[in-house]
Amino acid sequence: MTRTATATSAEGSHRRRTASAPGESRTRLTVTLFVLTALLGVSAIAGLAIGSVQVPPGQVWGIVTHALGADRQPPDWSRARETIVLDVRAPRVLLGAVTGAGLAVVGTALQALVRNPLAEPYLLGVSSGASLGAVSVIVFGVTLFGPVSLSVAAFVGALGALLLVYATARTGGRITSSRLVLSGVAIAAMLTAVLDLMLLTTDRGNETRAVLAWTLGGVDWGTLWLPSTALMLGVGVLLTQARNLNLLLTGEEAATTMGLDVARFRARLFVLLSLVTGVLVAAAGPIGFVGLMTPHIVRLFVGGDHRRVLPTAALGGAVFLVWADIAARTVAAPMEIPVGVLTALCGGPFFLWLMRRDARRGTDRGVA
Amino acid sequence: MTATELSVDGVTLTAGARHLVRDVSLTARPGETIGIVGPNGSGKSSLLRAVYRVLRPERGEVRVDGADAWSLPVRQLARTVAAVVQESAADFDLAVREVVAMGRTPHKRLLAGDTPEDAELIDAALLAVDAVHLADRGFDRLSGGERQRVLIARALAQQPTLLVLDEPTNHLDIRHQLSVLGALRRLPATVLLALHDLNLAACYCDRLYVLYEGEVTASGPPAEILTPGLLAEVYGVATEVAVHPRTGAPQVTFLPQEPRA
Repeated sequence: MTRTATATSAEGSHRRRTASAPGESRTRLTVTLFVLTALLGVSAIAGLAIGSVQVPPGQVWGIVTHALGADRQPPDWSRARETIVLDVRAPRVLLGAVTGAGLAVVGTALQALVRNPLAEPYLLGVSSGASLGAVSVIVFGVTLFGPVSLSVAAFVGALGALLLVYATARTGGRITSSRLVLSGVAIAAMLTAVLDLMLLTTDRGNETRAVLAWTLGGVDWGTLWLPSTALMLGVGVLLTQARNLNLLLTGEEAATTMGLDVARFRARLFVLLSLVTGVLVAAAGPIGFVGLMTPHIVRLFVGGDHRRVLPTAALGGAVFLVWADIAARTVAAPMEIPVGVLTALCGGPFFLWLMRRDARRGTDRGVA
Repeated sequence: MTATELSVDGVTLTAGARHLVRDVSLTARPGETIGIVGPNGSGKSSLLRAVYRVLRPERGEVRVDGADAWSLPVRQLARTVAAVVQESAADFDLAVREVVAMGRTPHKRLLAGDTPEDAELIDAALLAVDAVHLADRGFDRLSGGERQRVLIARALAQQPTLLVLDEPTNHLDIRHQLSVLGALRRLPATVLLALHDLNLAACYCDRLYVLYEGEVTASGPPAEILTPGLLAEVYGVATEVAVHPRTGAPQVTFLPQEPRA
């Protein structure tokens, strides 16, 4: 008797819950995506307005809508301002947004693939591998693949570094946090050392300077298509794999029993993530911690389901990097700080906090 | 089809040069509940891992409804065979409902969303393990026993016709041990499970396989194989076995070990 009673009451209460729970989280996601999109728009306008020449936001709006053909009013701004907004700042803001979005989704996917919350392309040495690849092309003057040589080499470097870190960190089918981060740091240090050696010994003075001037500022409309395409490809493919990324959260064996061929899945995604990271690093240079911070912050708002985390992280990463770039060119104006310095300033403390939180939760499987 | 026939033929599993399981054969007819018992390190988990396709046999075959489990695509096998594994899951910010929903993955096409039928299956699975009230809680905030029940619900949501469970009663309090095993027993599916508790195994399994040092020492209905002689040989403990008057199942009483002189 009591048994039936509990069963029916439980059934009643869960019926209410099914009516609300999925709808609730969908609303939450819609609101979050909407807010972030609006925020990205505002950030982009700020990015176009702020700089050595301040352009009022209203004028930025006018210039942009005019350029898009939506505004037929005769322009009331100088040609120079139009050039600054459209040809100097716009590509830079776009590259910032694309790079931020790309690094954030790469970080999200990496954290699931290696099942570790501290994973991130920069910390794992993937960005260093990409830099080394790209710099080799410049220093040795290899142009086997024409204009995309830099990106191809960066991709190869990224993939090599990722495989190396993964192979050294994995023992007996497990990756512990400490081992992963240590191999990442060691391999990044080695690759950076090789990079420094190459830069010091090369007799190609101009090319070296080209490498060192590697900031978001070096971009123009003609080179923007490659990182944008890589981002679209990366986000597109990852969204189709969101369920499978979720499966990996429960462990490799469990994921296998739910129909995921883990080894093949990981190999394919490693290639994809290296490709995206490589192209982004070739365009914008190595930028750390965006891929680490964004997914964690985003999960606080939309939960851990990758179908929600991926699009949210893309927008969040874009907003973050647009602002980081604004800061990079204003805090020490007229000097420009590499944007990676600023992201590391925010990201370093975040990393430490994350590490301590995980230690408290007892999830550092290096100890377990 | 609601239940699968499982046959394990002469399976040998190795880790490096070490034998985990040697020449083990086992069958489960459709709808049977088969228990695997044996001391720690006897190869129970390894044998299960070969069935749910994580540990490839060195020799021998695992056949699911006659088809070699290791030549089926992983995804296709996952529509038939679900498992609750012992591997400790990482911490992740997923709600219980989302964890259970993962069980639907092998039945889903690329990008397909959750349908009302999925929602019903998820609800039913949660109900079966008495976890309806946990649905909106974060999985990482649950106790060990609650997590275990949620993982069983996830396997149920997969609608398997063969369910493989490695120590499903781990971390569960006695009420939930009984209710979970009862729910598994009522499933139309074939169930293969490793259990530590011999009395629970005797109550809930149609047949038992006793593994000892990677080999099957005995198999058959619990009443036939749970004898003081066998238990002394396999576990090295002294026992008395009596048929319980109400359940009709053999009941093992463990006798305290004599202090060594």
